[in-house]
Amino acid sequence: MQLLLMCLQFFKTGLFAIGGGLATIPFLYEISDYYGWFTHHDILNFIAVSEATPGPVGVNMATYAGYLSNGWYGAILSTFSLVLPSVIIILIVAKLLDKFQTNRFVINGFRWLRPASTALIASAGLNVVLVVFFDAEKITFDMFGRLGQIITHINWVALLLFACLFVVMKTFKGHPLIYIVISAVLGIILKL
Amino acid sequence: MKTENVKEKILKYLTIYWTMFKIGITTFGGGYAMVAIIDRELGDRKKWIEKEELLNYIAISQITPGVIAVNVSTFVGRKKGGVPGAICATLGVITPSIIIIMLIAALLTNFAGNEYVKHAFAGIRVCVCVLIINATIGFIKKTVIDLLTIAIFVGVFVVAAFTRIETVYIVLAVIVLSVIYTLIKGNKKPPESLTEQAEKSSRKGGTS
Repeated sequence: MQLLLMCLQFFKTGLFAIGGGLATIPFLYEISDYYGWFTHHDILNFIAVSEATPGPVGVNMATYAGYLSNGWYGAILSTFSLVLPSVIIILIVAKLLDKFQTNRFVINGFRWLRPASTALIASAGLNVVLVVFFDAEKITFDMFGRLGQIITHINWVALLLFACLFVVMKTFKGHPLIYIVISAVLGIILKL
Repeated sequence: MKTENVKEKILKYLTIYWTMFKIGITTFGGGYAMVAIIDRELGDRKKWIEKEELLNYIAISQITPGVIAVNVSTFVGRKKGGVPGAICATLGVITPSIIIIMLIAALLTNFAGNEYVKHAFAGIRVCVCVLIINATIGFIKKTVIDLLTIAIFVGVFVVAAFTRIETVYIVLAVIVLSVIYTLIKGNKKPPESLTEQAEKSSRKGGTS
């Protein structure tokens, strides 16, 4: 019974959390408050572990929360319950798009949405760049006026690794997994 | 003959599952890192999808419920193998999460605080940086092509990067604006229908 209730809670999370993995966090707090299957401290742990392990953050957090609630089958069931609404909704949306693909509102809509998506990815890229090259926690916006202060916070090792990876990845079209593993090893060796 | 067909189909679904499994393992952080990897692996290397299609999927995934990475995977799987393909793709992308998180939850209590994990992750972030920048350059070349699209790109970028407005509302605003635009420019024929795009991509992509 409790297992069914857990599935229902994660299904609800998957259904109502719009805008990616981090949108599931408020739902996890709600589950914690209502049912006490895990604590608020556990949730901070979910976030830290989910961001430091492979896989989409939202999925990782659901697996972790499910594991603490009901062991290994809890982990599997919570993850399935989280993604089920996505799969159903996307399949319906994809079907509708097939049907209305010659509609001028749909065509123009996508013409507008594609550069918008690109801009969202570029903005996410900017955030990652700030974290990687400058210690984003130490740097503040008013420092951008003073070049000298910014330079002292640049992570030169990361910048060098970035340049090398950029050239290597342009030249060799290997699977990204190879480069992820190489970067992880280099991170440990260089103590990034 | 029929068993041969079934075998082929099963092989196709297994390929989708395994490909998305590898993409799941490679994804660190949020959905955008995965988008960059899908672009490189399924766009540039395997030719399963066009950049334009991927961007369509990303936009829809922002405004539909659920984890963005999962939504994009479902789309990609459907494109490649219909409904069963969509299910295989989604299962593939979540399997590594389930295995790895269960191991960590069961065995390591202080995984995220570990010194080696921190350094490894710092290295991985540099790689994610390269992936996202490469993907962005490719996307810009494909989609930011005339005055209108330049204006959309710059506008959305400024709002997304420098305000705290949630992405859902940004995407919804773009949709509303596109509807207004279509109503004003109503009688003009749109430059290219989705069918033509799909045909173009399947021609380019071959039958693999």
